[in-house]
Amino acid sequence: MQIKTMAEYAASGETPEILFWVGCAGSFDQRAQKITKAFATILDKVGVRFAILGKEESCTGDPARRAGNEFIFQMMAQNNIAVLNGYEVKKIVTACPHCFNTLRNEYPELGGHYEVIHHTTYLQQLIDEGKIRMKEGGTFKGRKITYHDSCYLGRANDIYEAPRKVLEALDAELVEMKRCRSNGLCCGAGGAQMFKEEEKGTTRINFERGKEAVETGAAVIASNCPFCMTMLTDGVKEQGKEESVQVLDIAELVAQQITQQ
Amino acid sequence: MLIIQELLFVIAFGIAVYLFSRKARQIRRNILLGRDVQLNDEPAARWQNVLLLAFGQKKMFRNPLVAVLHFFVYAGFVIINIEILEIILDGILGRHRLFAPVLGGLYPVLIGCFEILAALVLIGCAIFLVRRNIVKVKRLNQHELDGWPRSDANYILITEIALMLLFLTMNTADQALQQHGHEHYMATGAFWVTGPFVSLFSGLPDGTLVAIERTCWWLHILGILAFLNYLPYSKHLHIILAFPNAYYADLRPKGKMENMPAVQKEVQLMLQPELAADAPAGDIPKFGAKDVPDLTWKNLLDAYSCTECGRCTAACPANITGKKLSPRKIMMDTRDRAEAIGAQIAKTGSFTEDGKTLLRDYITEEELRACTSCNACVQECPVSINPLHIILQLRRHLVMEESSAPQEWNMMFSNIENNMAPWKMSPDDRDKWAVEMNG
Repeated sequence: MQIKTMAEYAASGETPEILFWVGCAGSFDQRAQKITKAFATILDKVGVRFAILGKEESCTGDPARRAGNEFIFQMMAQNNIAVLNGYEVKKIVTACPHCFNTLRNEYPELGGHYEVIHHTTYLQQLIDEGKIRMKEGGTFKGRKITYHDSCYLGRANDIYEAPRKVLEALDAELVEMKRCRSNGLCCGAGGAQMFKEEEKGTTRINFERGKEAVETGAAVIASNCPFCMTMLTDGVKEQGKEESVQVLDIAELVAQQITQQ
Repeated sequence: MLIIQELLFVIAFGIAVYLFSRKARQIRRNILLGRDVQLNDEPAARWQNVLLLAFGQKKMFRNPLVAVLHFFVYAGFVIINIEILEIILDGILGRHRLFAPVLGGLYPVLIGCFEILAALVLIGCAIFLVRRNIVKVKRLNQHELDGWPRSDANYILITEIALMLLFLTMNTADQALQQHGHEHYMATGAFWVTGPFVSLFSGLPDGTLVAIERTCWWLHILGILAFLNYLPYSKHLHIILAFPNAYYADLRPKGKMENMPAVQKEVQLMLQPELAADAPAGDIPKFGAKDVPDLTWKNLLDAYSCTECGRCTAACPANITGKKLSPRKIMMDTRDRAEAIGAQIAKTGSFTEDGKTLLRDYITEEELRACTSCNACVQECPVSINPLHIILQLRRHLVMEESSAPQEWNMMFSNIENNMAPWKMSPDDRDKWAVEMNG
């Protein structure tokens, strides 16, 4: 596989169909890198001409903004917008709902206007268009999968169905947690909590959510966010279920099931 | 005798309306202490919110059983107002059941409907009292309700039950008098709810019945006028403010944070210093919110619209896991602080520093730092309140005005600034995964 950067596309005078915005977690976090690789593999198999920004990508500024540091947010945002506009980027797909929310809702008023799509929505579109075909009688057929709505895809942007449709395409049995869709319980990472210790309480938010997810009896917890991934993985461990319950990103599930095109 | 009653009624009514409008103006002034924001775009979408969220109580139906009971109480209260119009006109004109001759056969049907609603209000309020005080539903019994808020809730429910009982007793006595052929009580036919109870009263002499009917009439209408004036001091103000609050609700995706144009401009000048020459030197703006006047007027309207139901807090992941944060308390604190500032203005004519601020004297840093910005509180609120907006503005003040952040956040800030990522990673390694894949 040859993953090209925007700079390489520009140098050859070509334009990619989409920019894959990887995000910091997807770039640096070892677990999230697997999600990144899974999604890149899918794009490659489907034959989508995509680019990454590579070293030119910076944090969108989301955690700084939510912690209260608007200066750092504005520095990141304005730099990113300068880079994106410089390449005349039109369409961005990202596997991180925090990046998705910031790029989609907060960059326009700073001069960054793009069509921004979360990778679960993009996967659903590729399935609907028949570009992704799943293996017959796949690994997940009939197995119980529960889906964790991330706050920044769900409540923040009202996207609840696309990820579920992707899961349905896997022929898995989708079992919902009691708190799902707009009632979904946070994993505990949002609002820059990912980067600090939780405040004093009776339990951790990810333990609470991990317990709820494990109680569904599902063998797989599907997530759509690298931060939820970290939190839920720890939550499942706390339940002592790391052997029997896997936490996987929707892109990883699809990557396991996609046929060689 | 009748003229004295008329006179007393007009005086009581006048005083009630005067006191209410005076307090309403004070609340309006308190709300306008907040900074200005433009929330008039897309009127069609806003009216739709008023219809669905305020009139239709759409979000209440996330819990259908409670929603139905609440709808009875709400519909009862709104529709019985038509009856109150008749009562007020009767009071002013010294008449009795002014609408009866006009409406003819429709009148007992109308009153019958009101009576059914009154009975439903009564049952609803009784169940709500049980939920609060006997079943002790968790969200209705949390710490921030200790003291006045808990009593406030019970007073409201008890008052509504008392008003409905007075209304129904009045109608029962009225029908007994009709049966006795009392000249002042024209025949209207039996009412649906109280009709079967008339036999309880029919043995009483006319004088006693008139005394019962008049006492109930007076206590009922005086009770309503008193209740009207209780509203602005109570969480129950939501029955009025839920409507404008739905209209002014934020229409943008919930994930979008409010931009700070002052910071945007400053960073722009830093990144493109060549623009600085043309830029006028502005005042140094305040960053974030420390006290009520730094918040927007919508935040303050939110605070006055809150009826402390606690759906936000029951859905808050921080609160569920035992953290100090409670979105409901954020709203209650904001209102308390606005009231304190308002009281000072009422006394001295203007607001001067009183050594207190919303941040710290009311809302602690620990509460603010527990928030995951998950928007569950915003999603849940049936009357379109946004506690998260207040939390994020207070956080902005903490970080940008006071440099007050947990050590880990300071590290995250400097990592983003230096490495373009919240972790201490080299920017050169950002595409390492791709290099690995390219092989």
